[in-house]
Amino acid sequence: MAPQTPDTDSRETLMSLQDVTLAFGPKVIQKGISFDIKRGSIFAVMGGSGCGKSTVLKSMIGLLKPAAGHYLVDGEDYWTSDPAHRQTVSRRFGVLFQSAALWSSLTVGENVALPMQMLTKMDAATIRNQVELKLGLVGMLHAIDQYPSEVSGGMKKRAGLARAMALDPDILFFDEPSAGLDPITSARLDDLILNLRDGLGATIVIVSHELPSLFKIADDGIFLDAKTKTPIAHGAPSWLHDHCDEPQVHAFMHRERETESGRTD
Amino acid sequence: MNSTDRGPEWSLQTSDNTNVIVLSGDWIAQQGHVPDFPSDGLRQAQPDLKLTFRTDGLGRWDTGLIGFLWALKQAAAQAHLEMDADTLPDAAHKLLDLLPDRPAPAPPIPRRRFAPLSTIGSLTIDSLTEIGTVTELGLETAKGGVASLTGRGRMRLTDLMSNIRDAGPSALLIVSVVNFLVGAILAFVGAVQLRKFAADIYVASLVGIAMVREMSAVMTAIIMAGRTGGAYAARIATMQGNEEIDALTVFGIPVSSYIILPSILSLTATMPFLYLYGSLVGMLGGFTVAIGMLSVTGAGYFHQTLNAVALNQFGFGFVKSIFFAILIGLTSCRIGLQAGRSAADVGVAATRAVVVGIVGVIALDAIFAVIATTIGL
Repeated sequence: MAPQTPDTDSRETLMSLQDVTLAFGPKVIQKGISFDIKRGSIFAVMGGSGCGKSTVLKSMIGLLKPAAGHYLVDGEDYWTSDPAHRQTVSRRFGVLFQSAALWSSLTVGENVALPMQMLTKMDAATIRNQVELKLGLVGMLHAIDQYPSEVSGGMKKRAGLARAMALDPDILFFDEPSAGLDPITSARLDDLILNLRDGLGATIVIVSHELPSLFKIADDGIFLDAKTKTPIAHGAPSWLHDHCDEPQVHAFMHRERETESGRTD
Repeated sequence: MNSTDRGPEWSLQTSDNTNVIVLSGDWIAQQGHVPDFPSDGLRQAQPDLKLTFRTDGLGRWDTGLIGFLWALKQAAAQAHLEMDADTLPDAAHKLLDLLPDRPAPAPPIPRRRFAPLSTIGSLTIDSLTEIGTVTELGLETAKGGVASLTGRGRMRLTDLMSNIRDAGPSALLIVSVVNFLVGAILAFVGAVQLRKFAADIYVASLVGIAMVREMSAVMTAIIMAGRTGGAYAARIATMQGNEEIDALTVFGIPVSSYIILPSILSLTATMPFLYLYGSLVGMLGGFTVAIGMLSVTGAGYFHQTLNAVALNQFGFGFVKSIFFAILIGLTSCRIGLQAGRSAADVGVAATRAVVVGIVGVIALDAIFAVIATTIGL
């Protein structure tokens, strides 16, 4: 099934996946994944639950080596390059995990500070300033000395975002940023993501199935199908909503129940 | 059962133009007595006719009725009979619509083949791989340790200090109790035998040498394997489940510097001193029993201990404690990192760390005993 795609924009390609297959041992999760991510775009990885969205993200942030295919960052193959180069590329990544994954034995402020302490030569005063700046950007300065277990789910996500920005990455990855958040907190997070993209000029890859959020922020994307284990559509979520006639994509975008014949009702 | 309850009943009534399932009574699953629909229940049904329902006599019902109807739906699908669920109560119809025509297929039973050679082969490969991984982890941690000593390391001093606090002072009480009792037990056992030869005073030698050379080091290591090793494994396994280890990996923060090195260093820094402390407390235990049971004076016991326990015995126990600390730290961290991501996996990791730690300490102690005998220590 040929993926559907709209006309692509003319921005420079920053990352691309070329015919990538992802598998856990013999179990194939997704195959034939190919797409380009333009510099400065917000790219959405979409699909129903269990289709392998987070697995795609894992391979892009260096946690899962693809069984086949190539993953290029600035034209260089990430997985075949030497570990030192891979490490340099990974330094450009900032990741907000689905569970926020804050280090539970450290305070919110220490969470943001740890990457700077471990990986840079910044002095303590500069680190403190940077931590306050990053937490200030996400509106979490008041919780700097609180432990992750003492803050709410939305605050954890924002703290996770501040930590993801700790080393000023130019590529940000978000795994289900709105999952488990109320609509107002979720909308605030969307605004924050848009502001960060515009303010920092970062490229953002977002894994989500929250339609309002996707329509609002993503300007390109791919739709993964759980049944065929392949991508079945390319394009911005709003474009897919209006133009894609793939039954699964149509059902997903219009919140409809898909029937067994593949048609929607 | 309430006196107004009626038992669930069903029957199939067939005529030339209909198949009717008549349902009556209360169909409440938790009251029991809800019948199963027999697999041959539709044998009498007229082929090519719709299956309808009559529910005039149906009382209260819950999922007990739906379970029965689902079995009926499957039997009807198998017999190629069309079922008219519209004749059922609306709520029952809606629930039945959610259920598939066929139950989930039974999972295939894995075939077990007897293949001793391949089992031994894969076990050998797994063991060698594990030894390689642990060695690599150990070397990486050692490299991080050397870098820290030269000021180029990435270990945070705060992590080391908090680990030392957890491993050292807070373990003093349990180390005291166990070693005191072990010393006392050794004195009891020795007293019974030595008294026969009027050699009561040699209880001091027995307790001193046994505690300093073997028991204090081994008992302290076993306590630390159970207490600290298990805690390390559980903590790291929990971090694994919360994606905290993934977060470290993505940032490029070496797990060896952030977690393993402070853990091993804190054990290495505290265990030799806990051993020394345990030896003294153990001897105090022996002293207490000797004074209470035997005709030995306090000064005599003290002098006999000083004569019997040479300083190099302390050195031997001290060195052993350092090796035990490295073993416990490395294996428990490795087991934590290897754990799965569920809550059950945390428990499994903690248990494994304790078992491997204890067995490892005793095995390593046996190796030390052989070495000591060989070099005549």
